[in-house]
Amino acid sequence: MERNPNRFWNPYAGGVALGLVLLVTFLLMGKGLGASGATYRVGVWAVSGLAPAHAERVPAIAGMLEDGHPLDDWLVFEVVGVLIGGVLGAITSGRFSREVLKGPSFSSGGRIGFAIAGGVIMGFAAKLSRGCTSGQALSGGAAMSVGSWAFMLSVFAGGYAVAYFLRRQWR
Amino acid sequence: MTTIFPIEALSDERRALGLGVAVVVGIAFGFVLERSGFGRAQKLVGQFYGYDFTVLKVMFTAIVTAMLGLVVLSSAGVVDLAAIQFNYPTYLWPMIVGGLLLGAGFVMSGYCPGTSLVATASGKLDGVSTVFGVVVGGLVYAHVEPALGAFPNSGKLGALSLSTWLGLPAPIVAVFVVAFAIAAFFAGERIERLVAGAALAESPSGAAKKWIFVGLVAVALAGVAMLALPTGTAAAP
Repeated sequence: MERNPNRFWNPYAGGVALGLVLLVTFLLMGKGLGASGATYRVGVWAVSGLAPAHAERVPAIAGMLEDGHPLDDWLVFEVVGVLIGGVLGAITSGRFSREVLKGPSFSSGGRIGFAIAGGVIMGFAAKLSRGCTSGQALSGGAAMSVGSWAFMLSVFAGGYAVAYFLRRQWR
Repeated sequence: MTTIFPIEALSDERRALGLGVAVVVGIAFGFVLERSGFGRAQKLVGQFYGYDFTVLKVMFTAIVTAMLGLVVLSSAGVVDLAAIQFNYPTYLWPMIVGGLLLGAGFVMSGYCPGTSLVATASGKLDGVSTVFGVVVGGLVYAHVEPALGAFPNSGKLGALSLSTWLGLPAPIVAVFVVAFAIAAFFAGERIERLVAGAALAESPSGAAKKWIFVGLVAVALAGVAMLALPTGTAAAP
């Protein structure tokens, strides 16, 4: 099969595939998929290694460390799988390449700056809302949770509210 | 049905098996996201500029698919829907504020926390930068949490499902969600055509789309018909 980096699955077929993965996860694990929870655990693990005394002084971090090793969690293993699956998908589709994705007239440095800043906001937000687009909107949405749907609609609203001001990144 | 790998309750070799299953589930998750185009910032943010509604299409189709599966299996007495919903309690205000912030961070970084991992796996340096930011942001939250006081627990409504909230059986709510999703798909495609114009002549294969929509509606209606079954736990609102 010829590789074309600009060819993607039909989005509705991709959605059905994603929905079936999520359904199987619900059946096997009793809960859905996630992402930000595992990323947070990596941060807690880093702090506990780099500044153990400091980690003990922050209640949210100390509490997680008391429950055992921060990386000993099924979500961390799931995210290891996401990375493997992502590499497999990218290599077999010809999309694997070391690059910065941005509009042609925007600087790479600026783009990296926005990526970090946006990430910081999302890392904070995902803790506040007890989950991100994967764990809250997708999984909780499928479980028909009122809070998950309120979260998801708010994500769209927040994105549309700022999109105009950030359009130069993609031009 | 009891969950096959209730991970918190396991502490022996079945736990190791459960973690192995988590890796396999993750591989499928990451692969599907990559193939749907979720490792690419421009494709993801297209949602917010109107030129590419892939995020809406993939996400809503996935939600509807998994939701219908849960509803039907719950009506058949195979799945305990309430037990799954117990994992998704509602804290309305922090979820709305968190959602607004996350949406802004999404357009700023070009990714959400999950898709930034897929972008990282595809070699994208803006993806790794976003993951780094998400780690830092979570730690910032951990440090300022005491100062937020009672806000993170405000609007506490418990494990409130859409069906309890609306006072309707889950299969009926599922039909409304399917109708809402399909209406959103048609609206999204219309906006795509308006924004991208003729450039979008190669729209994704219509036949597959049609059959997927027909299939989702059929399963939704089957779910309603299953309300007549005595095994169901989905009938109660």
